[in-house]
Formats: sequence, structure tokens, C-alpha cells
Amino acid sequence: MVNQSVLAGAGRHGGSIYRQWCGDMKIVVLLKEVPDTYGDRKLDLDSGIADRAASDALTDEVDERALELAITYADSHSDTEVVVVTMAPASAAVSMRKALAIGGTSVVHVADDRLAGADTGLTAEVLSAAVARAGYDLIIAGNVSTDGYGGVVPAMMAERLGIPQATNLEAVQIYPDHVEGKRATETGLYTVSAPLPALISVTEKLPEVRFAGFKGIMAAKKKPYESLSLDDLGVVVDDETAARSIVVAVAERPARTAGVIVVDEGTAGEQLADFLIQNRLV
Amino acid sequence: MSQNPILVFVETTPDGTVAKSAAGLLGAAAAIGEPTALIVTAPGLSAAAASAVAQLGAMRVLTVEDLRLTDTFIAPLVDALAAAFENVEPDAVLLSNSVDGRDLAARFAVRAGLALAVDAVALSRDEEGVVASHSVYGGAYNVDSAVTSGAFVVTVRQGAIDARAEAQEPVVESLTVAPSNTPAATITDFEPLISNATRPDLRGAAKVVSGGRGLQSAEKFVLVEELADSLGAAVGASRAAVDAGYVPQSYQVGQTGVSVSPQLYIALGISGAIQHRAGMQTAKTIVAINKDADAPIFQIADFGIVGDVFSVVPQLISSLESRKA
Ligand SMILES: Cc1cc2nc3c(=O)[nH]c(=O)nc-3n(C[C@H](O)[C@H](O)[C@H](O)COP(=O)(O)OP(=O)(O)OC[C@H]3O[C@@H](n4cnc5c(N)ncnc54)[C@H](O)[C@@H]3O)c2cc1C
Ligand SMILES: Nc1ncnc2c1ncn2[C@@H]1O[C@H](COP(=O)(O)O)[C@@H](O)[C@H]1O
Repeated sequence: MVNQSVLAGAGRHGGSIYRQWCGDMKIVVLLKEVPDTYGDRKLDLDSGIADRAASDALTDEVDERALELAITYADSHSDTEVVVVTMAPASAAVSMRKALAIGGTSVVHVADDRLAGADTGLTAEVLSAAVARAGYDLIIAGNVSTDGYGGVVPAMMAERLGIPQATNLEAVQIYPDHVEGKRATETGLYTVSAPLPALISVTEKLPEVRFAGFKGIMAAKKKPYESLSLDDLGVVVDDETAARSIVVAVAERPARTAGVIVVDEGTAGEQLADFLIQNRLV
Repeated sequence: MSQNPILVFVETTPDGTVAKSAAGLLGAAAAIGEPTALIVTAPGLSAAAASAVAQLGAMRVLTVEDLRLTDTFIAPLVDALAAAFENVEPDAVLLSNSVDGRDLAARFAVRAGLALAVDAVALSRDEEGVVASHSVYGGAYNVDSAVTSGAFVVTVRQGAIDARAEAQEPVVESLTVAPSNTPAATITDFEPLISNATRPDLRGAAKVVSGGRGLQSAEKFVLVEELADSLGAAVGASRAAVDAGYVPQSYQVGQTGVSVSPQLYIALGISGAIQHRAGMQTAKTIVAINKDADAPIFQIADFGIVGDVFSVVPQLISSLESRKA
């Protein structure tokens, strides 16, 4: 696999012919570090940006499932490279090393203070530049992140890169020249297929990530880890003319408090019926 | 030319039926400008959809019929939306925050060079333009967002908007679209979701009854459905109940499932993990039944019962039945 530095229509041009005499496959997995959903997550009330100090940070669970999918493919196709790409503060290196221990081949980590509070458009721009630079046949993302709750960065990247996308897949089959999957929407279940290079995103229906063994943790220390700044990627953030989405107000909702608790001694069902009727809820 | 046009992308199913989200989107659009709707269907299906959309408040309806729709994923929709955007020159473009709506919004925003905000629960205007309001971190924060320049592309949470627009006389124009020929995925099969016609949709329902792992099996989960039907409520579930196969994924309430804000939420055999609470804690009234007095769901319940769902719920149902009679 050769590195590619062209952004427009990146990926491997005329890939399927090339692939006939070159069996390798380069899979990029997009891992996002998010505040642990098991803790109380905080927003900075001035900026509206996540308060990173308030919670533990970890790789989003659904992105780990994306990584597991890539590694499972690599298990049975030895010529596969699994490149982990992230845009996150430098502190996310701990989470990314874990991805290497689990089986990733290398990491490309875009860290730049100017990216704090980046909107989805800028995030997609930066990640697109990073994956185009790394080169790829298949990009795998999570469907929706648990902090941004956006679910748009992958499709934005596909548009930028000029490649097909198949998002929200709850089952995936990767082939040397195409990818197939089951895409669940509110209206039904689609079966979709895309020629490579392509981008897919997966749901939490996919298998959980495996554990990193001792051997993996040792091996991770020697794996390539590339840190990039915006200048390395040639992405400009302070472009005054760019349309960005910005936070204009943030307010914290008062926490809920507990109400009446009864221990059932044989009549709790009746008491609940009373409660619902008194409060005009039935 | 209309004043402050707002472009609404209305989703349709492959057979041309207008999605339920259309009414709320047009309601939201009417509050901030003059709604123009875009519908994209397979050939021959747009006329019926267009009049349905006018009924829901679209002052103008642009239609595109595209043969590619049946087998080409998302690309025909992006092409159509880009063409409609040029035609309408709106202040904002509203789409449903559905799986398809998000994909389309994302691709379109990049193609048109516009800023995007997702999962809005309300829209308004200030002196500078359109403002989208969001409920963040499971309703713990309210955040307003706006754009630095250009039209705002916004996906709107399904079921979040109660406002409805006034019905309009259909003003329908068919729009010509030049296909962009961007590489696209192919749709090879589609199985429509059979929705329970007698039960309300989870999204936007006034009452929701949800069941968790405490229900023990798919067979016993029927108890949740019985209570829901006696209250006229929608049925939801925890992720553990979905993972255990009691109900399909589309029932999941929470962080990675559906977010609901009903008048009444009843949690049966659900511990109330933080990720579940993230999808329901903005409900007006919360009721919980759980046999563990320490279950976190009780911290946010207005009425909590420490007890066994298999004895409390049947008693509740029969008590409600007898008082109805
Ligand atoms: C990234 C991430 C995202 C997640 N997203 C979601 C999400 O969207 N939605 C979601 O729900 N979860 C989500 N979870 C999972 C969440 O952490 C919990 O595991 C899940 O909500 C537990 O479901 P439960 O309450 O049904 O099961 P349990 O925690 O097992 O609770 C079952 C409860 O039933 C009670 N019970 C048992 N028998 C009875 C009986 N006979 N009568 C009364 N009570 C009984 C028990 O006391 C117990 O409290 C997510 C987790 C992660 C990490
Ligand atoms: N900063 C990021 N770094 C790496 N991957 C990301 C980043 N933001 C989003 N993604 C990927 O895009 C998916 C959807 O993210 P979002 O659109 O933010 O909900 C995530 O699950 C990740 O796979």
C-alpha cells in the first residue's frame, strides 16, 4: 500500500485492478475519545465545550466495536493494516496505545490546541486530511458518538473524500474489493454494498472489543505512533469566511430529585393506580 | 419570492409515504419563516406526497422524481437537496435527525459549505438569525447554537416539536436535478419495519412504559406491553433487554437509543443506569418499579415502588380496569 497525499477522490484510484496483484488492505478506524458515560459529564458553562477534567476519558464504546471489526478481518487476512486515526488532545495517547495493544498496526493522532471546540464540519475536514495522508481502502467509524451525539462526521468525511458511504450498519462483511452490510433505519432494514475505497459506520449491535493481552501491550510500545498538527495537514482553522456552528448559550438543568417511594406490601399496584389517577396521567 | 424561506427536507419511504417527522419539521419551520418542502421519490409517487406535505403546512413543495432512488444510496438525495437549496435560497435547511436525515444533512452541508447542527429540540430566531436549541448529556444541559455565516443546516429530534403549521393549498413545482455522479453505495434489498399500528410511536409519545432485564424473558416482557396498551402508551426498553433479545433495538431508550420526553414514563425492572436515564430523565413524571430498593432509578422517580413487577403490574392493570368501568 502506498501513501497518498491527494485529498480529492483519495483512496486507491482504480483500486480493484490494483488489488488483483496486490492483496493488501489498509483499514482506517476512527476512534474518538469521550467522557466516560458512567460518570457525571460536565459542560463548561462559558464556552459550551466539554469539561475534560470533570470525567475520565476513554475511547467511545461503539468505536471500539469498529476497531474489533477491523482486527477480526486482519486476523484472517494477514496483509491487512489497521491504522487508528484520531483527533484529540495529546492526553488521548493512552487510549490510542490501548488500541495498538488490542491489535491496531499504527496510530495517526491529530492534536492541536486550535481544535478545542471544533464543530462537526471542522472535525470532518481535519480527519479527512489525516486519512487521505495515511491512505486507505476502507474507513470504519462508529455511528454516533456518545458526547457529541452527532452521527454526522463519517458522512461528512465521505463527501469530502468523494467516496461511497454505508452508515449505521448492524452487520458487516468485508471483501477484498467491496463491503456489504445491513443498515438499520427507522423505516426498515436495507442491505447495502459499496465498492472500495469506501467509508462505513457501525452500531452497537456489532461485537464488543476483545481484551488486550500482555503480549499485545508489550508489542504496542514498538508500534508506529504519528502525532500531527494542523500545519502538518495544511488545514487552516481561523478562516473568517468559513461557516461554523457555534454555541451561543449554555444552561444547566436542575437535577431531578426523588419523590415518594413505597415498599410493596400487597397494595402497591392500587396505590400507583391512585397516583396516576390523581395526577391525571390516565 | 417569499420572506425568510426555510427549506424542509421531507423523508418518504420507498413506496412514497411521507414520514411522521414531516409534521414537526414543518411546524418548526413555520415558526421561523415560510416553509418550502422538498420531496424526492421514485417516478410516479411525488404527487400524493406533495399534497400530503401541503396539508402539513408547506407553502411551496418542490418535487424530484429520480429512478436512482430505489438502488442508489443517499447520492440522489444530496443532488436534489443541493438543487433545491439553490432554487429556494433559504435561511435554514431542516431535516429529521433520523439515520437517513443525518447522512443527507452531513453530505449536503459539506457540498454547500454550510455549518451543521444536529439533534435540535427547538428552533427560534434572534436578531442575527436562526438559533437551534439542544438538550445535551441526557438533558443535563440546554445548549443553543447558531452559525457564523450562511444558511444553517439543522437536524431536528424526532417527536420533539409539538407545534404544527397551518394546512396550505398545494403549490407544487417539479425540480430538475443534474446528477453529480459521486460514487455511491448500492441498495440491494429492503425489508420494511412492520410498526404496531395500534400503539403510539416511542418518539413523541405522551406516555411510555419501558421494561428492562428484570422482565426475564421475551415471553414475560408481554407484561410491559399489557400495561402500555391499558394506558395507551408506547413501549420502550433498556439496552440490557434489547441485548437479551426481548425486543428489537428500535425500542431502546437511552444514550445510544431513543431520547424521550413524555408526560409519563414508567420503568419496569430497569436499574436506571446513567446511560438509560440519559434518554428519559426529562420526562414530566417518572414511575419506577424495581425489587432492589437501592436501584438508581429511584433517585429520579416521582413515584417509586420497591416490589416485584410480576405482582405489582397485574394489580395495577386490574385496578385501572376496574376504575375505568
Ligand atoms: C456507551 C454505553 C451506552 C449505553 N446506552 C444505553 C442505552 O441507550 N439504554 C440503556 O438502557 N442502557 C444503555 N447502556 C447500558 C447501561 O449501562 C445498563 O447496562 C443498562 O441500562 C441496564 O439495563 P437494565 O436496567 O434493564 O438491566 P440491569 O441493570 O440488569 O437491571 C435490571 C433491574 O431489574 C430489577 N429486577 C429484576 N427482577 C425484577 C422483578 N421481578 N421485579 C422488579 N424488578 C426486578 C433488578 O433489581 C435490576 O435493578 C449503555 C452502556 C454504555 C457503556
Ligand atoms: N475527533 C474524532 N476523532 C476520531 N474519530 C472521530 C472524531 N469525531 C468523530 N469521529 C468518528 O465519527 C463517529 C461519529 O461521530 P459523531 O459524528 O461525532 O457522532 C465516531 O464514532 C468516530 O468513529
